[in-house]
Amino acid sequence: MSADHDEEPLLVAEGLTRWYGRNLGCRDVTFALHEGEVMAVVGESGSGKSTLLQLLSMQIEATAGRVHYRMRDGVTRDLAMLGEAERRFLARTDWGYVHQDPTLGLRMTVSGGANVGERLMAVGWRHYGRIRATASDWLDRVEIDVARMDEAPLTYSGGMRQRLQIARNLVSAPRLVFMDEPTGGLDVSVQARLLDLLRGLVADLRLSAVVVTHDLAVARLLSHRIMVMRGGEVIETGLTDQVLDDPREAYTQLLVASILPP
Amino acid sequence: MSIALELADVAKSFVMHLQGGVRLSVVSGVTFSVRPGECIVLSGPSGAGKSSVLKMIFGSYRCERGRILVAQRESYVDVARATPRQILALRRRTIGYVSQFLRAVPRVSAIDVVAEPLVLAGATREAAAKRAAEMLRRLNVPAPLWGLPPATFSGGEQQRVNIARGFLPDLPILLLDEPTASLDPENCAVVTGLVAEKKKRGSAIVAIVHDPQVRDRIADVVIDVTQFAAAA
Amino acid sequence: MNAPIYNFAYLDEQTKRMIRRAILKAVAIPGYQVPFASREMPMPYGWGTGGVQVTAAVLGPDDVLKVIDQGADDTTNAVSIRKFFVKTAGVRTTTRTADATVIQTRHRIPETTLAEHQIIVFQVPIPEPLRYLEPRETETRRMHALADYGLMHVKLYEDIARHGHIATTYAYPVKVDGRYVMDPSPTPKFDNPKMSDCPALQLFGAGREKRIYAIPPWTRVVSLDFEDHPFERYRLDETCALCGATDSFLDEVVTDDRGGRMFVCSDTDYCEGRLADGAAA
Repeated sequence: MSADHDEEPLLVAEGLTRWYGRNLGCRDVTFALHEGEVMAVVGESGSGKSTLLQLLSMQIEATAGRVHYRMRDGVTRDLAMLGEAERRFLARTDWGYVHQDPTLGLRMTVSGGANVGERLMAVGWRHYGRIRATASDWLDRVEIDVARMDEAPLTYSGGMRQRLQIARNLVSAPRLVFMDEPTGGLDVSVQARLLDLLRGLVADLRLSAVVVTHDLAVARLLSHRIMVMRGGEVIETGLTDQVLDDPREAYTQLLVASILPP
Repeated sequence: MSIALELADVAKSFVMHLQGGVRLSVVSGVTFSVRPGECIVLSGPSGAGKSSVLKMIFGSYRCERGRILVAQRESYVDVARATPRQILALRRRTIGYVSQFLRAVPRVSAIDVVAEPLVLAGATREAAAKRAAEMLRRLNVPAPLWGLPPATFSGGEQQRVNIARGFLPDLPILLLDEPTASLDPENCAVVTGLVAEKKKRGSAIVAIVHDPQVRDRIADVVIDVTQFAAAA
Repeated sequence: MNAPIYNFAYLDEQTKRMIRRAILKAVAIPGYQVPFASREMPMPYGWGTGGVQVTAAVLGPDDVLKVIDQGADDTTNAVSIRKFFVKTAGVRTTTRTADATVIQTRHRIPETTLAEHQIIVFQVPIPEPLRYLEPRETETRRMHALADYGLMHVKLYEDIARHGHIATTYAYPVKVDGRYVMDPSPTPKFDNPKMSDCPALQLFGAGREKRIYAIPPWTRVVSLDFEDHPFERYRLDETCALCGATDSFLDEVVTDDRGGRMFVCSDTDYCEGRLADGAAA
C-alpha cells in the first residue's frame, strides 16, 4: 500500500453551498476524501445531506464553493470546469451512484445481465460472450442467482433490485461511489445482508464512498468518517467512532441518544 | 525509539448538553510513558477513567488538553491533534485495541472477523485466514465455530474471537480492556502467554486488568488512575 | 368551380428551399437527424408524407420517378403517390429502376444496383433508433451528440440473451461514416449492405416526426453487431417461383387455404427484368 500521508485526496469540497431561492440547501461544506475512505453524511430530513450528495455528484450546480476530483490520470480537476461529455464519461466509469429507490438507477424493462453489461458496452466492449461472463460474475458477487440474469428487474424483489443496482455501478471499477440511503425501504434482514455486502465490496475494491443516511447504525458499520448535518449546516465531523462514542455538539448527542437500544 | 507511547497532561471531560450542559470531568493531568516491550496496567475502581484513557489513546475519545505521543518510525504523532486520516493510519499500522466486548457484525464469520485487520493492512484473504485459524486454535475456539458469525457464541467465546483479532497483527502498541474478564483459568493462561510474547517482540502494552493474578503476571508497572481524578 | 392550381410538385418554392436546406445539412452530417418544418400534405401521417416532401423538394421537370412500396410498383400506396406527382409535377414515371432518376420507396431498397445520378428517397416512420429504449427526446439528442451509444448495444444484447441471436430483422441500426447511429427505416436487414458505398444519394424523410437525414454517395455504413455475433444478411433459403432468382429478397405468398405458398421476388421490377431476359423458375 502506498504511503497514506503523502497521497493526494481523491475528492475535495471547498465551501460548498447551495441556495434554493431563499431556502438554504447546504452551506460551507468543506472536506477532503482519500482513496479507500468511506464518509457517512448523517442527518434528519431537511439537513442538507441529499443536497450535498447531489452537489458532489454534479447533479446540481453549487451556488458557491467548488468540488475537485482527482481523475484516473492523476490530474485534479475542478468539476464545474468539465465539459458535458467528460462529466457523463466520469459518471459512467470512475463513479457510481446508488439511489435509494433502485428503479431510478436501473433500466427496469431490460434484463439484469444487460443492466450490468451496459456500462461495459458504453465504453466499447463488443464481445457478447465476454460481456455476459463479466455480468454474471458480478451478479454472483452481489448474490443474485445467475439463473435470473435474463429476467428484467421488474420481477426482482426490492433487495435484489438494490443489489443489481450496486453491481451495475461497480462493473466499471469505479473509485468513488455515492450512496443515497442505500438500505432505505428494505426489510431489516435484507438491510443487514446488503450492508454486509457493501462492507465487503468497499474493503475488497478499496472504494471511496460518500454515504448519505439517517441511520447511525449504517454509518457505524460502513464508514470511517462521519459528518453530521442539520438545517443545511455541518454540525460536527470526525472519525465515526469518535463522533458517535464521544459526541461533542448538542445535536449530535441528541441524535446518538435517540437510537433505540436493540 | 526508546519510548513507544507517551501521555502528557491529558485531560478529558464530557459536556452533557441533554442534561442542561452539565460538565463531567473524568481525568486530568494524565502523564505516563510506555517503552517497547513494557506492559503498563491501569488500576482503579469502576468509573475512575481507565477505559477513557485507553479510548483517548486509540482516538475513539477526544481529549481536551495534553498530548498523546505515539512513536512512528523516526518521529512522534500526537493523537490528540491528529487528523482523522492519520488516526486511521495509526490504527492500521501502529495501535491495536482489544475492547471489552466484541462488536459482532451480523453475517461475518469468526475467522473473517479475526482476519480482517490483516486484510485491511494488505494481506491476501488466504494468508490472513490461515493465521487467523492458528490463533483461534490457540485460544481453544473449536474449528466448527470458525465459519459461524460470533453473534451466537457465548461471552467467553466471543471474547476469545475478539482477542484473536486484536493479537493477530504485529502492532507496536496494544491496548487491552479487560482481556481475561470472561475467561476460564486455562484460557487466561493462554492470554497471558500471548501478552508475554507480544512484550518479547517489543510491543508496548497498556491494559486494564481486574484479576490480581493476571495483573501480577503481565504488569511491569501499575498505574493507579485515581491519582488523575479530575478536580471537582 | 375552378380546379386548384398547384405549384410544381405541390409544395411552394419557399417550402422547397427550407427542405433543401435541411437536406444539405443532412448530407453534410451523414446519419444526423435534421429537424424540419414538415408541412400539411394531402395524405395522412403514416402514409409517406416525409418521403413525399423530400421527393417534391428534389424533383425537377426532367426527372423520371419510380415509386415502390415493399418492392412493388403496383400496390395502392405506390400507385397513389405516383399519381400525385404526375398530377402536381407532370413528370415521367417508370417502373424500371435503371431508368429512374428519383426513386421513392417504402421499406425496400431495389435489387438493381443504383447509379451515381440517382436519388433514392426513403419513407421513415420513426427516425430515432433509440426511441424504444429511451423515450425521452432530450436524452436521445444528448446520446447522439456525445456518441453515447451503449444503449443501442444493450438492445442487441437483449436479443441474443432472449433468442440466441440478434432478432432484429428490419430497421436494423447502422453506424454511418463511423459517427452517427441511424435507423435505415423498416427495410429488411437483407438490404443493409446496399446502403454502404452506394453510388446514389440516399435521403430519408419522416413527416410526422419532422426529421430528414441522409447518406451521401460512397459513404461507409456498418450494421451494429457483436464480435462473436456478427451481422448476418438473412435471406430465406428459397428461389423465386417466377424468375428463379436466388439472390433477391423474397415475399411469401399464400396461394390456398391448405398451407400452399410460394416465394416470389419482392422487387417486382427485378423479377420482371429477369423474366424478360429469359430467366425461368
